[in-house]
Amino acid sequence: MKKRDLGTAVLALLIIWQLASWAVNKQILPGPVLVLQAFFAELGNGLAGHFLVSMWRVLASMFLAVVLAAPAGLALGQSQRLNRLISPIIYLLYPIPKVVLVPIILLFFGIGDLPKIIIIFLILFFQILVLVRDSAANIEPKTILSVRSLGAGRRALFRYVYFPATLSPILTALRQSVGTAVAVLYIAELFATQKGLGYYIYLNGNTLFNYPAMYAGVVAMSLLGLGMYFAVDWLERRLCPWKFVN
Amino acid sequence: MIQLTNLTFAYHNAAPVFANFDWQAADGEAWAVLGPSGCGKSTLLYLLAGLRQATGGKIEIGGQILRHPRPRTGLILQDYGLLPWMTAVANINLGLDIRRFYGPDGKHAPNDDDLNNHAERAAYWMERLRLTPHADKYPSQLSGGQRQRIAIARTLALNPDLLLMDEPFSSLDAPTRESLQKLTLDLRREQQLTTVIVTHSIEEAAVLGENILLLRHPPNETAVIIPNSGATDPDFRQQPGYLTLCGQLRGMMEPAP
Repeated sequence: MKKRDLGTAVLALLIIWQLASWAVNKQILPGPVLVLQAFFAELGNGLAGHFLVSMWRVLASMFLAVVLAAPAGLALGQSQRLNRLISPIIYLLYPIPKVVLVPIILLFFGIGDLPKIIIIFLILFFQILVLVRDSAANIEPKTILSVRSLGAGRRALFRYVYFPATLSPILTALRQSVGTAVAVLYIAELFATQKGLGYYIYLNGNTLFNYPAMYAGVVAMSLLGLGMYFAVDWLERRLCPWKFVN
Repeated sequence: MIQLTNLTFAYHNAAPVFANFDWQAADGEAWAVLGPSGCGKSTLLYLLAGLRQATGGKIEIGGQILRHPRPRTGLILQDYGLLPWMTAVANINLGLDIRRFYGPDGKHAPNDDDLNNHAERAAYWMERLRLTPHADKYPSQLSGGQRQRIAIARTLALNPDLLLMDEPFSSLDAPTRESLQKLTLDLRREQQLTTVIVTHSIEEAAVLGENILLLRHPPNETAVIIPNSGATDPDFRQQPGYLTLCGQLRGMMEPAP
């Protein structure tokens, strides 16, 4: 995708937003100019802090999910016996919409960052686990034999084959699920917290009735999702250039 | 170079593929192992590579009993050998990188391997096999013949004395296959390699094997060897002896049951 086309798309969306705002002509849909003014004003007024808290929660869950799911996926992909044992459990748990677990996790883990991180972690964990497992299982045994014939033992196989082979599915899983993760973060931040963009949006919209500020929060949350998506996309192009040839 | 004594091998819960099998190959000889699918020819190659362990008997290579892959043995497979996320030059360097990763420990790399000339060795083989223009391409961007040349360069950069090849050219078109067969003959002479090439193709065995080891339905108990001095002649394919040999081999190969 070209940068210029993206710029045009942003402009088009802003125009539609403005037109819609004029057409509706109510306080509940302020135009982009007003919202952007509010956005920059609110940044110094607490929005930046809420943004950073939300971002921290997403990043911490991403980190945890990668660190736990990638080795587990590798192990499952490598051992047919283990996979036969565990796969039915994953098969049953994977499709559960993790957002319905929000109230349960809140009951167990109470207030603070931990329950929010756990919810996003669960979403990312299964996605990474399944993709890494499948790509580890798809490494040709002959590829392994061939690299072993070059002198590789277990450590070198990990360094030159398994690790690079899991990098791409990890990034793909993150790219596919980071949007959902941010959406669920919003739900999770509605409860038992006074920090984070979810709380901020709800507070301004439903308690303070400060609509431009509420929209500024929505913009911040969108930027968080977009930023994560772009960052993962950029990393994938840097770290897995072989996927983008031809 | 290779000495098999009473070799016995069976896959788990299966009938033996080799039973008390004896065979030997001297330094610098070119062998082709010919047989129908399921005869155990690839199994023999993996045994020689140290990637599978014999159930009985012993395998000696270079005078030593083989217990794990030997650093001076090179292995080239039909497909799958290259890592898709590495460029051509990175793939060629892979074996050398693995040697530096462990250091010259005698197990993963020969004790006397010179770690300082690796870049030159890789560059030499890249140039020799006409791969320099493709150095930064990924395997998916290259033809089958180019990929197999990368696999050969990667193996030869490790200075092997024994080269094992499993159906190396089977998935290539005829002109590419013939040019790589010729390259193999040239390299063998030039590097004084002992070569063992596993193939199901009678023609390939006739061109590449100074000696042909014929395997039949398992269990293989005695080595059936057909000498083929014509294979050293680059124009063997055009000579009457070639067709006679192919006919003879065809007669000796049994169809699968």
